[in-house]
Amino acid sequence: MEKQKLVVVGNGMAGIRAVEELLKLAPDLYDITVFGAEPHGNYNRILLSPVLAGEMTLADIVLNDLDWYRNNGITLHAGKKVTKIDRVKRLVIADDLAVPYDRLLLATGSTPFILPVPGKDLPGVIAYRDIADTETMIAAAANHKHAVVIGAGLLGLEAANGLRLRGMDVTVVHLLDWIMERQLDQAGADMLQASLEAKGLKFLLGKQTEMLTAAPSGRVGAVRFKDGAEIPADLVVMAAGIRPNTALAESAGLYCNRGIVVTDTLQTYDPKIYAVGECAAHRGTAYGLVAPLFEQAKVCANHLAQHGIGRYQGSVTSTKLKVTGIDVFSAGNFTGGDGTEDIVLHDRNGGIYKRLVIEKDKLIGAVLYGDTADGGWYFQLLKEGRDIGAIRDHLMFGDAFANNHVGDVGHAGASQAAAMADTAEVCGCNGVCKGTIVKAIREHGLFTLDDVRKHTKASSSCGSCTGLVEQILASTVGGAYQAADRTTKPVCGCTDFNHNEVRQAVRSMKLLSLDAAFKALDWRTPDGCATCRPALNYYLISTWPHEAQDDPQSRFINERAHANIQKDGTYSVVPRMWGGLTTPDELRRIADVAEKYKVPTVKVTGGQRIDLLGIKKEDLPGVWQDLGMPSGHAYGKSIRTVKTCVGSEHCRFGTQKSMSMGVELEKMLFGMWSPHKVKLAVSGCPRNCAEAGIKDVGVIGVDSGWELYVAGNGGIKTEVAEFFCKVGTREEVLEYSAAFLQLYREEAWYLERTVHWVQRVGLDGIRSRIVDDAEQRKALHQRLLYALQGTVDPWAERTQGVARHEFAPLPAPIDINGERHVELA
Amino acid sequence: MSNWHKVCRLDEIPLRGSRVLPHEAGSIAVFRAADDHVFALRDACPHKGGPLSQGIVHGHRVTCPMHGWNVELDSGEACAPDHGCARRYATRVEGGEVWLEL
Repeated sequence: MEKQKLVVVGNGMAGIRAVEELLKLAPDLYDITVFGAEPHGNYNRILLSPVLAGEMTLADIVLNDLDWYRNNGITLHAGKKVTKIDRVKRLVIADDLAVPYDRLLLATGSTPFILPVPGKDLPGVIAYRDIADTETMIAAAANHKHAVVIGAGLLGLEAANGLRLRGMDVTVVHLLDWIMERQLDQAGADMLQASLEAKGLKFLLGKQTEMLTAAPSGRVGAVRFKDGAEIPADLVVMAAGIRPNTALAESAGLYCNRGIVVTDTLQTYDPKIYAVGECAAHRGTAYGLVAPLFEQAKVCANHLAQHGIGRYQGSVTSTKLKVTGIDVFSAGNFTGGDGTEDIVLHDRNGGIYKRLVIEKDKLIGAVLYGDTADGGWYFQLLKEGRDIGAIRDHLMFGDAFANNHVGDVGHAGASQAAAMADTAEVCGCNGVCKGTIVKAIREHGLFTLDDVRKHTKASSSCGSCTGLVEQILASTVGGAYQAADRTTKPVCGCTDFNHNEVRQAVRSMKLLSLDAAFKALDWRTPDGCATCRPALNYYLISTWPHEAQDDPQSRFINERAHANIQKDGTYSVVPRMWGGLTTPDELRRIADVAEKYKVPTVKVTGGQRIDLLGIKKEDLPGVWQDLGMPSGHAYGKSIRTVKTCVGSEHCRFGTQKSMSMGVELEKMLFGMWSPHKVKLAVSGCPRNCAEAGIKDVGVIGVDSGWELYVAGNGGIKTEVAEFFCKVGTREEVLEYSAAFLQLYREEAWYLERTVHWVQRVGLDGIRSRIVDDAEQRKALHQRLLYALQGTVDPWAERTQGVARHEFAPLPAPIDINGERHVELA
Repeated sequence: MSNWHKVCRLDEIPLRGSRVLPHEAGSIAVFRAADDHVFALRDACPHKGGPLSQGIVHGHRVTCPMHGWNVELDSGEACAPDHGCARRYATRVEGGEVWLEL
């Protein structure tokens, strides 16, 4: 069958990104032809400023060289201008060429706005848009002295900075009273202006250009203003804004209104014609930043690939100025207004200005000047609409401070990534250094955290270096990088639904099996992948206990084998010791098992029990049989242990019986599956020897009762548990703990620890549903007890022969003559 | 001479699961995909030798339990961007019996 024909008009970042996404989904669907006005492959336009500033070369910013087009069978017409689209015959016409299409993608970008003043066509008057403009500026800087940049937006300032660095005398002319007014408030802008002036730039604000006059040479010689003033100019750069380039689309009769109007599927009014990037107007907005263009490209490619899933629903954007040594960040609504409040930090001498705009306990805008290290974090809070009520006091001081991080193991400051040596290790799990990450980003044209994870493995294991990897991405690709939005991120590549949507669907549609879920939610793959299957399986069994089918094949091996796989393929066995208590008889059996099965390592765990390491899989049922102790679930996204101190049973300081309280809690929770592992501790007095402050639920006995702490974490990032409430009786300890954990089980996303769940949804909301609402608390408690009703010990079951196939290897093979070949095994 | 050997009945391998066949040249993982296709690979991930038999089977792929590499069941090749290959063994299913070419 003949392939369909896809023609792409526009060889820039948006168009080619869409093609790349399409090739990932459907590499063989189309014969692809690309038209580009510039005689180059695709390059990272955002990085033209560093090229102009002499910090990068053109070779550094190439994204797709000509080999890429060749290797992917794409016909590239670089330097050919498309003059006409014939929608009836479905032809794209460029000079002498007429190329037929089945689908057409317009990515014509934008054109700079040229002030309609006399002299605008003089030699030496240019816009700042592409490689040719950049080269013109570099050449002008070598031969001429005076440059005038009209427009003090992002682009204008970057151009001015570059020209200044190349030795020109640069004046920035701006119509308004402060610079970068679309990104900064006046206070931030004034500080920025002062530091640019310190770099040698001059500013003329509130000036309206009347005309450009020629020098005797015929080249531009001066800029004259409405007020009669005049300044010399051998080079004039117009950076007064951009306009979507819609001329071609309009001539083809496509509806345009400040851009080619597109739907949520990026289709124009002619459904065979798509548009993405700066030329497209989506819900009334034409984006000039790269992150939204990439989001559009992804959705567009999905529809071109005939998957037909996904809608583009608009983007929240943030901007960063790329002038070395000056850090500016802004996002959202930074001017505020009725019903909003400001938190402002203004250190004029220190050169730091930060303004956070808040509306109803949510961050809605931010301007940062001088210290933008937390820009990414604020942007994340803003996009996710997180409740910041609880961290409001600390919000201004950034992520590390507000969230009490031990700083990503010291990886907090944004400047750190840029300052790191190439040989410095970034990912301690997989041994990946900075140079490797930067190289992968450059060579493979990576833009997202997920891409970097796939190609380098950095940040793909424990995730504690994620912040640092994001910073490296940001400093390598410039403004093209924007942090992934976790709330709207799909579960995995098999679906466009996010965790919330999947959870809701499982509940509202009463989905009881994986196959039902795949069908109801239109999964892209027949049976999911190693990421979504365990998540879905958990959502099914936690939402519909006793009704949904638990699928062992959708669980990670540890939960399937009920033991922990080790690096050599053997397993570790941790029998349960309730509350950390054991008996001589149990210890004797453990010793016997260790000898009988020649267990190479016996270790005391951090959870007050004993780990037998190095057991062969086929020996597991025998080991369990001989131990005669229940599973410790040390291998699951489940209840692990309840750590206890000695308490008033023996301790002279103890105020409460912590050991028996711990045993009761552990027995109540036995066999509980959860989004991630769950650890508890009970201390008998405020000395807190059981370290309850770093547990998912920590209980501390005081003379008058018990204090409950929640959402602590002793692992990757140490997080101190937050005080939840105080209760009087042991029954209440059980009820409140159960209610908290049941809410976590019902509402957290798979693989989200309690601390991350609480940070995401806010502790106040949880407290009001559990502490303040007795009815809801009791109902949650009952639901947990119901879910755990009839739980059997998985080890006991398996010693009785359940899932025997999991542990027994296949017998020796039989040849065609019916002979068994033991010698092969 | 044919080297085909009968190793088990199809229903002795769990759907979307695997069994391990001990073999002198290293254990072999015998997989059964959701569509009842059977594949056999040397039970060692091309990355660091992790037991592929213990991974999650999805489509015609398995994800190694050690570091999450994805391996194509029909060829033994690691999925991009990873590189490497696990040795594959020819399989066939006849009358509900699984045969391997050893």
